[in-house]
Amino acid sequence: MLRVSVNGQALDVPQGTTVAAAVSQAGRDFLRRSVSGERRGPLCGMGICFECRVTIDGVSQQRACIATCEEGMEIVADE
Amino acid sequence: MSEVSCEVLVVGAGPAGMAAAATAAESGSSVVLLDENSLPGGQIWRASRGSIHNETSIWMDRFRRAGGRLVQGASVFDGTSSWLRAEGDRFSFRKLVLATGARELFLPFPGWTLPNVTGVGGLQALAKGGLDLTGKRIVVAGSGPLLVAVAGALTEYGGKVVAIVEQAPPGKLFAFGLGLAKHPSKLLQARSMSEGLRKTIPGTWVTMARGTDRVQSVSLTNGRRSWRIECDYLACAFGLVPNTELASLIGCNLEDGAVWVDEMQRTTVEHVLCAGEPTGIGGVDLAVTEGRIAGLAAAGRNAEAKKLFLERKKHRDFARLLNKSFELREEVTQLAHSDTLVCRCEDVSFGQLRDHKNFREAKIHTRCGMGPCQGRICGVATRHLFNWEVTEARPPILPTPLRSLSQMSEE
Amino acid sequence: MNTTADAVIVGGGIVGCACAYYLSQELSKVILIEKGPIGGGATAAGMGHVVVMDDSPDQLALTRYSQSLWHNLIPDLPALCELEKRGTIWVAEDDEEMSFLPDKKATYDNAGAPAEILNAKQLAKHEPNLRKGLAGGLRIAGDSVIYPMTAAMELMKRAKGAELLQGLGASQISGQGVTLEDGEVISAKVVVNAAGGHAAFLTPGLPIEPRKGHLAITDRYPGFLNHQLVELGYLKSAHSMGKESVAFNVQPRSTGQILIGSSRQFVGWDREVDRRIFGMMAARAQKYMPALGALSTIRIWTGFRAATPDKLPLIGQWPSDPGLYIAAGHEGLGITTSLATGRLIADMVSGRASMIDRTPFAPDRETHA
Repeated sequence: MLRVSVNGQALDVPQGTTVAAAVSQAGRDFLRRSVSGERRGPLCGMGICFECRVTIDGVSQQRACIATCEEGMEIVADE
Repeated sequence: MSEVSCEVLVVGAGPAGMAAAATAAESGSSVVLLDENSLPGGQIWRASRGSIHNETSIWMDRFRRAGGRLVQGASVFDGTSSWLRAEGDRFSFRKLVLATGARELFLPFPGWTLPNVTGVGGLQALAKGGLDLTGKRIVVAGSGPLLVAVAGALTEYGGKVVAIVEQAPPGKLFAFGLGLAKHPSKLLQARSMSEGLRKTIPGTWVTMARGTDRVQSVSLTNGRRSWRIECDYLACAFGLVPNTELASLIGCNLEDGAVWVDEMQRTTVEHVLCAGEPTGIGGVDLAVTEGRIAGLAAAGRNAEAKKLFLERKKHRDFARLLNKSFELREEVTQLAHSDTLVCRCEDVSFGQLRDHKNFREAKIHTRCGMGPCQGRICGVATRHLFNWEVTEARPPILPTPLRSLSQMSEE
Repeated sequence: MNTTADAVIVGGGIVGCACAYYLSQELSKVILIEKGPIGGGATAAGMGHVVVMDDSPDQLALTRYSQSLWHNLIPDLPALCELEKRGTIWVAEDDEEMSFLPDKKATYDNAGAPAEILNAKQLAKHEPNLRKGLAGGLRIAGDSVIYPMTAAMELMKRAKGAELLQGLGASQISGQGVTLEDGEVISAKVVVNAAGGHAAFLTPGLPIEPRKGHLAITDRYPGFLNHQLVELGYLKSAHSMGKESVAFNVQPRSTGQILIGSSRQFVGWDREVDRRIFGMMAARAQKYMPALGALSTIRIWTGFRAATPDKLPLIGQWPSDPGLYIAAGHEGLGITTSLATGRLIADMVSGRASMIDRTPFAPDRETHA
C-alpha cells in the first residue's frame, strides 16, 4: 500500500493503482471541468481522449488514467 | 537528451509489437521496444493492478533472453523513417516497426459526456488500473466482440453487468456464429464467453444517457420499442479504429483509414514496417502473426516470414468475417441532438458543426479538433457523422512539453 | 452566366471581409469571392493581435488608425470574437536595449498610444514567468488580442447586402470585373484584389512574396501570461529581408492557452513544419521565459504572410487598370490593419480624403527593401 493525497485528502492505495482509480476511490465521480464547466470523468481509459487530466505534484494537464500512483503523490482534481 | 541506437526499433508493446520485437531479437538484431505505458501488454493484454498478463510474460521473457531492451513511459511525439523522438530521448534505427494498436470508436449521443460513461475497453482498462467496480451496475453497449469479452472481465472484477447491448442485428450475429465454425480456435474462445453471448441483446443501441452528476440510467431502442435501464456505469463504444498518426507523420500511405502494407508488412516508406491493428482491425491472433512476420522481415529473414503467410491468411479471413458482422448501422451515426457535444476537448456541439463543409473549415471556425486529443475522438466521429476526411498529421502527434520541441533543431 | 455588381472583392480573408464591410456601407451590390473557408488563409494561421507597430512612421500611422477603428467596434463585437485589451510589453534584455525605450515611448505617446517604461522590478511584477535578469520593458496598454476567424465572419455578417460567393476561385481579374474558374463573369466598376499571399497570381507584377511563419499553442494555463510579450529585436526580424529569422513573441489567448511565435522564412509555399527553425524559435522563447518549457504544447502549424519589400501593404488603385484596387501585402499586421485597409479602399472608391495619408501605400510606389 502507498499513501497519496487527492485534493488534500489522504488515501491509501495498492501498488499499481492509477491516479484515475485513486480519484474515484476518494469518492469523486469526476476529475475535470470541461471548457464550458461540465463535469467529466475518464472516457477512453488509455491516454487518448485527455478527459482525465489532473494536476500531479504541481504539474497540470497530466492524464490520470495512465499515471501510476507513487508514495507521497499529490493529486489535485477540478472541483 | 539521451541518444539510443539500434537495428530494429519497435513502437508499441502490445501483442503485435512484442511478437515483432521478440522475433527480431531472436533473429540476432539489436532491438529496442518502446511503449507509452508503465508496463507492457498494450490494451488487450493490459497489466492489471500492477501485474502483467500471462501472454505478456511469455513474449517479454523471449525478448529479454534474446537481448532486447524495453523502454517504458516513452511517448513518441515526432519522427521520420530514420529517427523518433520521445520526451527526453532520441532513437535512431535501421528498421522501424510500427505496432501502435487501435483505439475505440466513439459516436456521440445525448449524455455521452456524463461521468461514468466510458469506452468498453476503456472501462476494462480503468478497472485494471484499480477502479473499484464491486457491485456497480454496468450496461455494456455499442458493437463488436469486445462487448462480451469485457463484460466477462468486468464481472470477474465484481461488477454487475445488467445488460449487453449490441447494435448488430440478430441475423448478422447468427451468421457470425455460423462463420465461427470455420475458425475452431475462435469457437473455443466463444464458448468461454457463452454466458455473455446469451445475455446479449442484439439489434439494440443506446439513444441517451441520463443523470444529474453522473450517469444514472440509459435509454435503449431496437428501432421498434424503447426502454430504460438504471445503471452506475455505461461502457459504450462501437468497435476499434487503427492508430495511424505516427505512420501518417512518417509518410506511410493509408488505405481506408489503415496503414497499407505489402506481404512482408512493409509500408510505402522504405525501412518502415507495420503490424497489428494499424494495418486493419483484425484481433489479437492476427496481430501476433503480423508482428512475427514484421520481426522476421525487419531482421532480413524473409524465407521464414513466408512460412507464416498461411496462418496470417486464416486470421485475416476471420477478421473480414468480424468486420462484416459488426458493421455499423446508420442509426448509431445519427444519435446526436443539436446540443450534443462532438468535440469534448473544446465543447463543440453537433449543431455548431453540421453547417460546415469539411473538417478543416469546422476546425478553424469552431475549434473542433484543436484540443489535446488532436482530433482522435472527434475526427473519427465526424467521419461517421458527416463523411469528413481528417487532415494530415504534423508534429507533435501528442501534446508535448515545449522544452522537448525546442530540441528539434538538433536533427 | 454573367452578373453585374457595384464591387467585387476577391479573397475572403480578414482584409477582404473588412473591404466588404466598408464598401457595403456605400455601394448597394457588393460581392465577395472566396474559394475556401472565410478566413482560411493567413487569417486563420496568424496570431490575432491588434497592435501598434513603429517599424516606420507610415506603419505607425496605419496601425494606430486601424486599432482605433477596432476599439470603436469593441462594445459591439460579440464575445465570440474574444477581443481583449491585454496590452503588449516590449521586453528589453539589457541596458543597451533599455536605452532605446525613451525614444520608442515618445513615438507611441505622440501617436496616441500611451506607453509606459517598466524597470526590472515592474516587469517581473507584470510577468512573473519571465526569466530573472531582464532589464525592463515598454508597456503599451491599449494593444489587444482577437480571434481572427470569428472577427472575419462577424465583419461579413455586418456587411449589409454583401453577397458571399464561396467555393469558386477567380481565374482572371481586371478593373472591369472578375472571371471565375467556371467561366462565369462578374462585371463591376470596382474590383478589389484582397487575395493576400496569392494576390500576385491574379495581378502579375505585385511585389508580394509568401513569408512563412510558425506558431505553436499550448494547453490551458490561465494566469500564466498577462500581456502579449515581444522582444525588442522583433522589428529587426520582421524588417530584415534576409532568408530567415526568429524572434520571441508570445500571446495569451482568452482560453488560457499560450500562443508562441515567431519565425520568418522565404521558402516559397512549403507548408511542412520546419523542425530546425521551429526548434530555434522555441529555444528563443524559453530563453526569455524558461517556464514555457514545461507547458504542454498541443499543436504546431505554419502560415504564409503576404510580404512586400518595404514592409508596408499595397492599398490603392492599380494605375495601369483603373477600377482595380489592391488591398494586399499586410505581412504580420493583417489583422490589425484590416479595418483601416477596408476604410481606405471605401474612401478611395467614394472619392473621399482619408484620416491618414494614403500615398505610402500606393501599389505602384517604388518598394525598396
